[in-house]
Amino acid sequence: MSGFLVSTKINGDAVQFACPTDESLLDSLRNRAGLTGVKEGCGTGDCGACSITLDDRLVCSCLVLAAEADGREVGTVEGLSDGMKLHPLQEKFIEHAALQCGICTPGFLISAKALLEKNPKPSEKEIRFALAGNLCRCTGYDKIVRAVQAAAKEMRKK
Amino acid sequence: MRFESPTTTKEAAALLAGEQGDAYILAGGTDLLVRMKMGSIEPALVVDIKRISVTHEINVSAKGISIGASVSGATMSEHAKLIKSWPGVVEAANLIGSDQIQSRCTIAGNLCNASPAADSVPALIAAGAKAVIVGEQRRRTVAVEKIITGPGTTSLQKDELIESILLPKQSARSADAYLRFIPRTEMDIAVVGVGIHLTLARGVIKSARVVLGAVAPTPILVSKAARAIVGTKLDAQALENLAAACSDACDPIDDKRGTIEYRTRVAGVLARRAAVIAFKRAGGA
Repeated sequence: MSGFLVSTKINGDAVQFACPTDESLLDSLRNRAGLTGVKEGCGTGDCGACSITLDDRLVCSCLVLAAEADGREVGTVEGLSDGMKLHPLQEKFIEHAALQCGICTPGFLISAKALLEKNPKPSEKEIRFALAGNLCRCTGYDKIVRAVQAAAKEMRKK
Repeated sequence: MRFESPTTTKEAAALLAGEQGDAYILAGGTDLLVRMKMGSIEPALVVDIKRISVTHEINVSAKGISIGASVSGATMSEHAKLIKSWPGVVEAANLIGSDQIQSRCTIAGNLCNASPAADSVPALIAAGAKAVIVGEQRRRTVAVEKIITGPGTTSLQKDELIESILLPKQSARSADAYLRFIPRTEMDIAVVGVGIHLTLARGVIKSARVVLGAVAPTPILVSKAARAIVGTKLDAQALENLAAACSDACDPIDDKRGTIEYRTRVAGVLARRAAVIAFKRAGGA
């Protein structure tokens, strides 16, 4: 199969790669851009482990063709920290032990960031609804909700 | 697989017409990519319509509101005028999936996917929405209820795609509502969905459209249910008659989400509740 050339911006950096036309953006990010923070859980848009932003909209990268990303901007968990300085969400996830196996964590971080950008002071209910597209089989969600609340509080100080 | 991203709907129609193998339109991709992943389809051609600027527009005019075929549920939820005119349509569209899905899913796609349980379709039919269809040679505007012909099948021709969905102008004494029942609190497939649109005159229901989803092979416009409430102020007897007419119209399947008996009964209950919401929104008391 001839490669489809995709020119995109990932976490602010211009990235070019060639891929088959039917390849998902998830597979391209992992296997061509080397961004393995994006995880494949279900591959059908149910679990949210592959959550990224595409032109500032939260999407499942398994439900996007890489070819669609041509000329668009992609944000992944790798772009969350400022160099070695972790994002408040990352700090609070660690502090509150909001993860165990960690497979779902990058997706939760991206979704939580998208939520806090729209709504800096979400209620617990709003957090739970906003994160309903992300599944976690370890934590029971409570610690994740607490971590997001703590990060929101921290981010409002700035 | 050939991947094309034309910049006009006319070009898109020509691509569909010229393809010998299976061709699919890609808007939000929330159904298409799942079917590709599952191996239930193997497209020879995928036409991404998101580079067609007209498909991203929400236009408010004297005729009503047109919603482009690439407009996502998330974008609909941010459009104050659309929400004010057609809260039921927006609620129905926003019930589809998670925030991740909302960023991509479209009402035109929901319609073309033709699931009996599609959430936005009963609301669109209740609203009297029309689909603007572009083919290689002609454009046509068709009532939404004429699009779905059965589970997964539509009346669209090989060269045709939907460019936009047109909602009529909402009058001052009209309103809509959509309710669905699912076994969980969110993110599930409808066991029953009910879309209702009402117009009042001096506090009395002058006209109504009642549409049921997930209780038959296609969404159904139940004229008997509308007749049960027209001419009333939605008193207890009218609600009872509405529920009975809705339950009567059901021809559902049995599955893990609900039995035939359950769906049939819930259709009546939900119709009553949706009617009360639409009535209040229209200024009824």
